[in-house]
Amino acid sequence: MLGIFDIYFFEALLNGVLLGGVFALLALGLNLVFGVIDVVWICYAELIMLGMYGMYFLYVAYHLPFLLAALVCIAGVGVLGVVLHIVVIQPLLGTPPINQLLATGGVLFFLQSAATVMFGIDFRNLGIRLPVLEISGMYISYARLLAFVAALAGMVALYLFLARSYTGAAIRAIAQDRQIMPLMGVDTRRIYVITSLIGGALAGLAACLLVLQYDVQPFVGLTFGPITFLICVLGGLGNMFGGFVAAFLFAEIISISGLYLDLEWGYVFAFAVFVVLMFARPQGLLARRS
Amino acid sequence: MKGALLPLIAGAALLALPFVYHAAYPLHIMVLILIWSFAYTSWSIMGCFGLVSFGHGGFLGIGAYVTALSWNYLQLSPWLGIPLAMLAAAVVAVLIGYPCFRFRITGHYFALLTLALSAIVLQIITATRDITGGSLGYTPERYQGGSSIYAFQFADKHTWYLIALGVWAAGLLIRYAIDRSMLRYALEAIAEDEDAAAAAGVHVTVEKLKITVLSAMMTAFAGGIYCQYQMFISPDTVSGIGVSLQMVFAAVVGGLYVPLGPTVGAAITILLTETLRISFGTAAIGWDNIVYGALLVSFIILLPQGLLGSLFPRLAMAPVRAV
Repeated sequence: MLGIFDIYFFEALLNGVLLGGVFALLALGLNLVFGVIDVVWICYAELIMLGMYGMYFLYVAYHLPFLLAALVCIAGVGVLGVVLHIVVIQPLLGTPPINQLLATGGVLFFLQSAATVMFGIDFRNLGIRLPVLEISGMYISYARLLAFVAALAGMVALYLFLARSYTGAAIRAIAQDRQIMPLMGVDTRRIYVITSLIGGALAGLAACLLVLQYDVQPFVGLTFGPITFLICVLGGLGNMFGGFVAAFLFAEIISISGLYLDLEWGYVFAFAVFVVLMFARPQGLLARRS
Repeated sequence: MKGALLPLIAGAALLALPFVYHAAYPLHIMVLILIWSFAYTSWSIMGCFGLVSFGHGGFLGIGAYVTALSWNYLQLSPWLGIPLAMLAAAVVAVLIGYPCFRFRITGHYFALLTLALSAIVLQIITATRDITGGSLGYTPERYQGGSSIYAFQFADKHTWYLIALGVWAAGLLIRYAIDRSMLRYALEAIAEDEDAAAAAGVHVTVEKLKITVLSAMMTAFAGGIYCQYQMFISPDTVSGIGVSLQMVFAAVVGGLYVPLGPTVGAAITILLTETLRISFGTAAIGWDNIVYGALLVSFIILLPQGLLGSLFPRLAMAPVRAV
């Protein structure tokens, strides 16, 4: 039996924190889009999947340096986000939310099978083996550390953009009141496109980081798509800070139960905890009781 | 009486079909269409009131796996196994539905939560691979050469066609019964405005739970029947997000607000898959879903009433505006 203060336990705890950073990044993009446009991209994880394929081909087939490939990937998925918004979301903005959900569900289906047809179902990876760090007996994967740091950097950059820039202020204002802002002279269409660009770019950033840890295959989105949705709902859809807290909570649950049982059970436990918490805090972890 | 004539003739023709027509493959396709039509109808009785569940893949998986597992491990005949599976689905539906409805988790929240449910059922089936066979799939044991009423296993397609026809007709009857019940008015009122409905004396939580449990049990029933017919189930064909989306897709394309809509949707999707499979063989893998996905998006944008709803708007019940 593993003791509570076992070194493995601390290792799992630390890995959970690192995983939480990536989860938080995943949730951030979805929350931003929901908070501003009031639309949930069910196909968010599939955008990440395409980004991962993009990284694979740029890095392995075209031999771009990793950082350059990452920049191209972030920009590319950002543009995908804009395309998604203009082609699918924009015509549906005035319709009931059910239609937007179903349509992005259709996009999920489409992207998944398009990837199957184009790339086949082989598992692919970049072939980069990053070293494993040893800190006083604990083994921490360098890839995870890098992902954690990059995810934090991405979040800080987004925060600064939203807090300091004029466009950022407009985005925050729209998130607060969708009706009034057009009257104040803000071009909502432009803001929506910018938000989709940022949302997509965050998915692209996530793709660059995840491709270091996971093999790419058309259904890879299903591994972290559902967990991202759970995190967003638990944190309160659109509530970025709530999503942040929920991300670390879930990452710890998955990481620590992964230590004792299979990884799949980690997800099952996370879901069970989620259902229990939803009883207690239906509008999200940090919601004020009204 | 005049209005009842057409369905009667159509019903009689469908009933007579296996006695006149014996080709096995078309009958197999018909059986699949009928069984899936029932499953899609089960989804649509919730969906048409704005309760978008992406969790029905989970209920279908529960139906199929509980039926198969209780037969193989507990020697429980599917005559008891399928009701047991329906009960299990009902329990899960209450477990998820009660907090959702009690605390007014609606719209996006509800859809995402149920999406997670179908993913989790898939995870559980995969995680318990020692019992369920994991992603390799699972086969109920054959009983007396595969033809037995006790084991609910039938070798010939004709029997299955008649069973599937009955199941499908029962699904339509349930849908008609709901359209004519007080439940429909209550749910429409809720879909319009929950607060107003509650103020008018509608018990929002209870009414929503009723339709959710009914829908979940019907879906589990479809899972059990599908398992008995195919005698093989795998996590990807009876559970998970893909299956959930497929149900949604068929119902929407056929027409969510028309009772026959899901049936038309099932016919379109299955015929499309089969045609692609026959014409292109293994090269077609994935293409059917590409077409589904693209069609789903274009239908939502261009024809949100679905095929039947747009062609025959008089068939449809008044669409409910979701909040």
